[in-house]
Amino acid sequence: MGKQEPKIALVGNPNCGKSSIFNALTGLNQKIGNYPGVTVDKKTGHFSLDNGQFVKITDLPGTYSIYPKSQDEEIVYDVLLDPQHPEHPDTLVVVVDASNLKRNLLLCSQVLDLQMPTLVVLSMTDIVEREGSSLDIALLKEELGVPVIPVNARKQSGLQELKRALENPVAPSSQVFCPASKKYQSFIDAAQEVYPKESPYLLMQYAINPKSFHYLPAEKLTFLQALAEQHGLKQSQFQAEETLQRYQRINRILQQALQLNTTLNENLTDKLDRLLTHRFWGYVILVGILFAIFQAIFTLAAYPMDLVESGTSLLSEWLLNTLPAGWGTDLLVNGVIAGVGGVVIFIPQIAILFGFLTIMEETGYMARVSYLTDRLMRSAGLNGKSVIPLMSGLACAIPAVMAARNIGNWKERLITILVTPLMSCSARLPVYTILISLVIPNNYVLGFISLQGLTLLGLYLLGLVTAMAVAFVLSRLIRTAERSLFLLEMPIYRPPRWRNVLLTMYEKAKIFTLEAGKVILVISIILWFLASYGPQDIGWEVGPKAQTEAQDIPGQTTAEAVQLRNSFAGHFGKVIEPAIAPLGFDWKMGIALITSFAAREVFVGTMATIYSVEAGDEDVETVRERMQADTKPGTDQPVYTLATGLSLMVFFAFAMQCMSTLAIVRRETKSWKWPMVQLVYMTGLAYVASLITYQLMA
Amino acid sequence: MNLNKQSVHLSDLKPGQKGIIKDLSACPDASALMEMGCIPGEAITMVARAPLGDPITVKVSGYRLSLRKQQAREIAIQEAALVS
Repeated sequence: MGKQEPKIALVGNPNCGKSSIFNALTGLNQKIGNYPGVTVDKKTGHFSLDNGQFVKITDLPGTYSIYPKSQDEEIVYDVLLDPQHPEHPDTLVVVVDASNLKRNLLLCSQVLDLQMPTLVVLSMTDIVEREGSSLDIALLKEELGVPVIPVNARKQSGLQELKRALENPVAPSSQVFCPASKKYQSFIDAAQEVYPKESPYLLMQYAINPKSFHYLPAEKLTFLQALAEQHGLKQSQFQAEETLQRYQRINRILQQALQLNTTLNENLTDKLDRLLTHRFWGYVILVGILFAIFQAIFTLAAYPMDLVESGTSLLSEWLLNTLPAGWGTDLLVNGVIAGVGGVVIFIPQIAILFGFLTIMEETGYMARVSYLTDRLMRSAGLNGKSVIPLMSGLACAIPAVMAARNIGNWKERLITILVTPLMSCSARLPVYTILISLVIPNNYVLGFISLQGLTLLGLYLLGLVTAMAVAFVLSRLIRTAERSLFLLEMPIYRPPRWRNVLLTMYEKAKIFTLEAGKVILVISIILWFLASYGPQDIGWEVGPKAQTEAQDIPGQTTAEAVQLRNSFAGHFGKVIEPAIAPLGFDWKMGIALITSFAAREVFVGTMATIYSVEAGDEDVETVRERMQADTKPGTDQPVYTLATGLSLMVFFAFAMQCMSTLAIVRRETKSWKWPMVQLVYMTGLAYVASLITYQLMA
Repeated sequence: MNLNKQSVHLSDLKPGQKGIIKDLSACPDASALMEMGCIPGEAITMVARAPLGDPITVKVSGYRLSLRKQQAREIAIQEAALVS
């Protein structure tokens, strides 16, 4: 092999067990990166063979055929067909689900005809055995013309054989699985005369899908396109013909190689489906599961979140006591540590939510959720597949927006992306928590339903209902000729593979920490500067009116309070005060609103700074007490009345206050137009809704 | 077996009924259906309808697939193969 690390790529249908094999080979030795240009989740990892050779492995998104239907499938086409692509593999490993052979072999056969070095891995053979069916692997191998290796990632069997097969150079298939029909022979002859090294199948792909191959020399594409036209090679016709031919050959092979046991008419999946997709119980169970997940997120995450919180404040205190006082220590404690702590605190909730989502995906239940909700989603202009991004949005809009990629229809995908940030993400939770404890009495309805909990639930429902309503409106505004399509595999139910669940939790937490962490850290540092320094610190003239007296701010920390009022942040707050006064907000909330446009969770930190609680300590109780004690200037009325608190919560429910989400939306939609639309409509909605709330309540 | 000229579509099947796919020419998404294993000549069984009557689940090519009623209306199936 060459001096460069050999590259292999895993290809296969969705649900074929590809990720399990990837995880079994690489363990934690993987990273998720982005493709330049279009960003699509790509996973790469490394593992070593027994001869010490390191191998780079790419896990490509699952796809049913080589022809891309959605954005995540496009990448498979790119990587496999573009020899210049950085991930273009030396060896292809096609994963074929033995319990679903017919459909899995279609993609496999197409990949084989690219005539690249290929190995076939057969997964789920245990399911075939359990069913009492039998599969002639030797015959399959002969028909496919490449090695076929059964692998069971659950039991770790077959991995050694796979590694051993990769030690030596792999040869392309010795035969063509599906030779092009005679009528295209003239095209192939003419094309191969110019490009003799490329397989007929590859040349035909170039000719019928020229738009996908921007990287090829223009003259090559024009030549092949003209040639295709001349010889009557048309994309849709060719695709239909070859799909039919391939299935015909696959059927012939399977007639000999696969002995299906048909005595088992009703299996576990049928029985479970009858319950889980029941017209009444199906929905009861769905709502029950969602409610249980929701409860679990908050109760399970509470412990690690408390740990993070007390850890951050202990560290801050220790640093303050150990390091010499000065702006450096101040920056480290109130800027950096507060910022990092604000990121780390959300990791438990995000990891737990994704743990549940992965379990639903792994067991096959997620497809049923889409199935149960497609009709409802469609009336709001969405698709059953929108459920996954919307549910992920409860943890964090960033991965949720990325999860919309598997929606093939552009309009439905766009609307899903546009409304997902209305789902109450975990960053809103600390804001809601502190405001609810300030303005909602800790009473019980009917003796056991907490009024505070009810308010929280109401805020989540507000987000969901608004997302649906906005989707409905958008679906009537955005026009498209593209037909909405819903074709979804309903995989068989199986127990989750815990290794995959844990790895996904780790992965999502890592993406969140890196993506959101960068922004929040930078914002915290900027905020620290803006709140610590003012115009007079850099020698600007400030009129006597702008200087504020200490009595504006409660508590005994007068010097710090005055410093804040006279800081840049304080001036900003005063400037926007007239605009936000009708919503019931004062200049201090104004500062928090400005800073939380970077990220919502900054709100609590800003409040902590504003109320000059012990530097950097984000202990919510103390901030809460200070906020509660705050009175309107010149009166003894509290600032945080029910009207102001509710208005503020409604504002946070709707406003687009997350730079990371805007950045992700720009990447996913490839334009600034849609994040701007999102920023304007959400913030407009927030302003109007808060205005109505405050004016009605006050 | 020419009882009448009206053709039967996948959407006409009741849960548990089986047919053979005859023609996809009325489907705008024929290529997507075909790559999912819905090919002319293949047996297809209606498994269930979603609680709101739409989408539906079918068994085809050895697995379960769900699709919308509108798409099922466009898939012509062979009447003769109708067996409960």
